[in-house]
Amino acid sequence: MITLTVNGKPHEVDADLDTPLLYVLRNDLALNGAKFGCGLGQCGACTVLVDGKPVFSCLVPLAALGRREVRTLEGLAADGKPAPVPAAFEAEQAAQCGYCIAGMIMRAQALLERNNRPTEAELRAHMAPNLCRCGTHMRILAAVRRAAVAMGGGVQP
Amino acid sequence: MTRGRWLLAASTLILIAGLAFVAAETWRAPLPAIVPPSAKEFDRALIARGGALADTGNCAGCHTASGGRALAGGRPLPTPFGTIHSTNITPDVETGIGAWSREAFVRAMREGIARDGTHLYPAFPYDHFTNATDRDLEAVYAYLLTRSAVSARAPANSLKWPLGFRPLIAGWNLLYLKKGPLADQPGQSAEWNRGRNLVEGLAHCSDCHSPRNAWGAEKREQAYDGAWIEGWYAPPLNAHSPAVRAWTADEVFAYLRTGLSSQHAAAAGPMAGVTQSLAKADDDDVRAMAVYVASLMAAAPSAHPNRRALDREDIADKEHPEGAMLFAGACAVCHAPGAPMMQQGRPPLSWGTALLVDAPHDTLHVIMEGLRPPAGRPGPAMPAFGDDFSDWQLAEIAAYLRARYTKNPPWPDLVKTVGELRRGGAP
Repeated sequence: MITLTVNGKPHEVDADLDTPLLYVLRNDLALNGAKFGCGLGQCGACTVLVDGKPVFSCLVPLAALGRREVRTLEGLAADGKPAPVPAAFEAEQAAQCGYCIAGMIMRAQALLERNNRPTEAELRAHMAPNLCRCGTHMRILAAVRRAAVAMGGGVQP
Repeated sequence: MTRGRWLLAASTLILIAGLAFVAAETWRAPLPAIVPPSAKEFDRALIARGGALADTGNCAGCHTASGGRALAGGRPLPTPFGTIHSTNITPDVETGIGAWSREAFVRAMREGIARDGTHLYPAFPYDHFTNATDRDLEAVYAYLLTRSAVSARAPANSLKWPLGFRPLIAGWNLLYLKKGPLADQPGQSAEWNRGRNLVEGLAHCSDCHSPRNAWGAEKREQAYDGAWIEGWYAPPLNAHSPAVRAWTADEVFAYLRTGLSSQHAAAAGPMAGVTQSLAKADDDDVRAMAVYVASLMAAAPSAHPNRRALDREDIADKEHPEGAMLFAGACAVCHAPGAPMMQQGRPPLSWGTALLVDAPHDTLHVIMEGLRPPAGRPGPAMPAFGDDFSDWQLAEIAAYLRARYTKNPPWPDLVKTVGELRRGGAP
């Protein structure tokens, strides 16, 4: 058995050490926010935070985690209130099919927690690894700008 | 005249002669400013050829700041002597080269002298550009003078004392500048000679691939022996190439043109930008370069019958079980034999030079930073794993790869090197 810390809670998991984190989140812990997209670290649909940094959970084996803290989309919706980033995505209607959105939100969350006043160039460079096949990138960027303001900062031109 | 007075007079004369010689060597006349010619004054085919040649030399690589306008300069270039900023080579009259005549441009390329007569620093590789043909320089001039002018002044350089005093460079030129153009070598094909002219000239390959002496000049006796560039190790391109598979002209061509050789590896680090630029260069020119570069490596061990891909999985699994586990979970999905990526004809890891050289830096850079083709262009891609793993885990993966895909001794100090790379340190 392996102990994983996910969204602040310890979980006992029975899985091989080379199992990707994404499989454990979805299949063992029923945390279905992160999605399986390509399985190759090329699309970002599986993005979660490990110690505050965005990673592709499809490529993170359990062996890599140790005591590091995992956070998923579900971890943002504490006490029933939508967190600033998901709320901003909703306000901007940033989703088309929505498959990439959990990953987009987590990647944006990582940026804004570290720096809620990024420049537009920093924002775009940071979000670049995550893809949206519907092409809603412009709305996604607008949502992150709105979230930056909601978190007491704002994206600088 | 007493002996003492004679000595004084003689030494004064020698000193004056010396100073006169230095002055004559260092002083270069300013060339008259011109009114920038209009684009119509240049032949369109010449401009197009110049554009392809500018891409062969990757002018924009150094002369474009991160996020800045192309060719407008301002990119900081770290050197052992301090930081030099690339200059604006758009045809802006005040801040660029708009007032430069063709003669002034050719003098800068061949001798490292700016239009106003000041010496340029050899970070600008005029010691290579001097080898270019007149025809090529004329085309590059036509291309640069027909770009849109951008007003941008390069930030001041911060060089160690006394290198801010530019006339000193005259001494460097005396010692290390061998003025071109390069004469063809008889007995070699026209294609080989064309390739040599480009590789030793505009493309300035040995600028990164040759070690330098204490004065920052390439050691000619160790040409293409491999060298450090921006924290990456540029591997040898001569008989010391550690490649497993032969670098044939076809393979060099594919690598230079697409950033990927199916028999070697993907271009990474500073070389990725070079291949992206060469993708826009002239096809025949890149092929000629490939012919010449392949000839440099003709005596390398890999030039002999190809060895099979090495895979010592059992040994590596025993030596680095943690690395094996991490490789299985993170890397095998693309790099294991039979993985979807490998079905597309990608080279096995054992064929890449990065795992074979003495320094682990290139391997660690690629694992930690991944490979990302430029926006809107195809190219080999790999996610960055720097945030996925701890320093120790990254070191363990590198040690596992080295043990599994090479027979070379283990890399020392891997954890320390990972830490240095995280802090942005360069050897």
